[in-house]
Amino acid sequence: MTGVQASFGELRPMRGPSALGGDPRRFWTLTWTLAVLEFRLKFFGSVLGYFWQLMRPLLLFGVLYFVFTQLVRLGGGVKNYPVMLLMGIIIYTFYAEATGTAVASVPARESLVRKVHFPRLVIPLSVVLTTYLNFVLNFLAVVIFVLASGIEPRWSWFEIFPLVLGLGLLCTGIGTMLSALFVRYRDVQPIWDVALQISFYASPILYPIETIPDTRLQHLIMCNPLAVIVQQARHAIIDPGAPSAAAAIGGAPRLLIPLALLIIVCALGYWIFDRSAPSIAEEL
Amino acid sequence: MSGPGPAVVVDDVSKTFSLPKERVHTLKERALHPLRRSENEDFRALKGVSFDVGRGEFFGIVGRNGSGKSTLLKCMAGIYRADSGQVLVGGRVSTFIELGVGFNPDLAGRDNVILNAIMLGLTRRQALDRYDRIIDFAGLREFEELKLKNYSSGMLVRLAFSVMIQVDAEILLIDEVLAVGDAAFQQKCYDEFNRLRDEGRTILLVTHDMTTVSRFCHRAMLLEQGEVVSIGTPDVISAEYFETNFAQGGPTQADLRLHEGDGTVEIADAWFEDGDGNRVNTLSQGRRVAFVAVVQFIAAHEDPVFAFALGTDDHDIAFATSTLWHEERTGSFAAGERVGFRVAFDNHFAPGRYHATPTVARRGSGHDVHVKVKNMATVVVTGARAGGGMVDVPHTVRLERAEVPAS
Repeated sequence: MTGVQASFGELRPMRGPSALGGDPRRFWTLTWTLAVLEFRLKFFGSVLGYFWQLMRPLLLFGVLYFVFTQLVRLGGGVKNYPVMLLMGIIIYTFYAEATGTAVASVPARESLVRKVHFPRLVIPLSVVLTTYLNFVLNFLAVVIFVLASGIEPRWSWFEIFPLVLGLGLLCTGIGTMLSALFVRYRDVQPIWDVALQISFYASPILYPIETIPDTRLQHLIMCNPLAVIVQQARHAIIDPGAPSAAAAIGGAPRLLIPLALLIIVCALGYWIFDRSAPSIAEEL
Repeated sequence: MSGPGPAVVVDDVSKTFSLPKERVHTLKERALHPLRRSENEDFRALKGVSFDVGRGEFFGIVGRNGSGKSTLLKCMAGIYRADSGQVLVGGRVSTFIELGVGFNPDLAGRDNVILNAIMLGLTRRQALDRYDRIIDFAGLREFEELKLKNYSSGMLVRLAFSVMIQVDAEILLIDEVLAVGDAAFQQKCYDEFNRLRDEGRTILLVTHDMTTVSRFCHRAMLLEQGEVVSIGTPDVISAEYFETNFAQGGPTQADLRLHEGDGTVEIADAWFEDGDGNRVNTLSQGRRVAFVAVVQFIAAHEDPVFAFALGTDDHDIAFATSTLWHEERTGSFAAGERVGFRVAFDNHFAPGRYHATPTVARRGSGHDVHVKVKNMATVVVTGARAGGGMVDVPHTVRLERAEVPAS
């Protein structure tokens, strides 16, 4: 009698697919495993593997550096312009790659989605995490450049950790949202490509924020969370003389705007993904 | 056979897919036609399916293509969400769906095994610990570093099956596992099925292969158009499966028919009868049955030969006989005369579909065919005894421990 009771008690409902699933440990194991495998694929996929992962931003840096110091002389008077440009590009590359590959990530893993029961949010998260691993390595290259250009290490360098964390959150939020939307609307991808290009020029990567004559435009640009991260990283690591994010947006309280945007993006991304997670396998 | 309490309860599960006639794929289309609701055609894949499977039971799910088997399995596996009803499971579930669990073709076999094992619920450490057993069972040790895109489909299935059975799930959901894979591996799978069954795992197997059903399943369920037709013993279910599968085989029968002859004799009708004289489309194995052809003489003939051949779907002749062997002189038949030609035999044929070819020919050479209608009548033999041969000759099997006389 008790045996029957006990085994009846063990029955649990098999729920349909969801974004998170019930088991955080399994969620994390899956995300990490997928991310690392993908990372290794990128690394060892071609002969020079990581070399190309690093060369892409470096080549872009080389071209932009040449154009804006030799031809246009935009960065001429700016202290440590090359390092600032390089760091901006590395941060932006992460942003662009993480969100750009997350967009189509769900259909790309169709064979998993259609055949296994697992928390769906693992997919965009693992993609962002893969790019994140790459970013960490690239950032080490930046540090080498920074040291090579004669900048002394300072305590403020530790600010990089919360900044990079925020950057990761931003990419996760956007990637999650776009990957869920892409399953239904395939033109999310080209639209996002354009948006990425705009955000490159709308962030203080090429130009130092203080060179913008109109301060109101400066403030507006700094509402973009990406711009805040780029600017604050410059202030903290390269040049304490450059305006901090708080200064560039016109007062620390205003930083709540990009912070709110970041939170909204993450919440909205999760909400959209969570809503579409149960039916993703059918819509592919 | 089932242990205490059910391991899987499926309660009134329904699933409808809406198939858009015209799929709105882009935002632009959405923006241009915001009011146009895309017309959907609802396809009801599952209509209130209920059943339960006991602990330690080996349960077969059979049905024709499109009957909802795979959708049901995906609902049970949690890949699809059922529209209504619920699925209860008592333990960890491992799934094997459509040739492989979900592989990444660019990764080596080794990485895919680890990935899949984690996907199916193992921790990373467990996956690493069991890796050797998995790869050895699959027999793919020498290919472990090969990228999966270079694997053959048989190798993929072996790998996927090996992962699935090594994750220690209490409940296994298996879809069409043995369709691919060579004989040696199939045998290994059968052995593994036996082992899993003996260990008291609960297994749900979706298949077309009635031999597997009769051999392993304790019970089976027949699905038809998203509804449960019946649940019962494998013998009953496989008989019903053959009936639903072949009974309405009218069109193919007509397609296969080939008429030849000199026009002096026609065959008006032909059919199969069961022991009670009823016309049937299906025949149970082991019973006395008969084939009947109504022969219409257009011209008069002297001592013609009546012959009957039973062919398989593969165009092999499983059985043939004629009046030559029984009464050489059949007599004289006048123009306009109608005779019945009856062949009664014990049905010892293996389950499957058979086609009857009646022939009337001139006495002697047998080359001068008056009429021959190839595949005129079709019958499906049902039964659970499928030993693998074309016929199931009445036989006994006995083991005799040789008592070797001391010399």
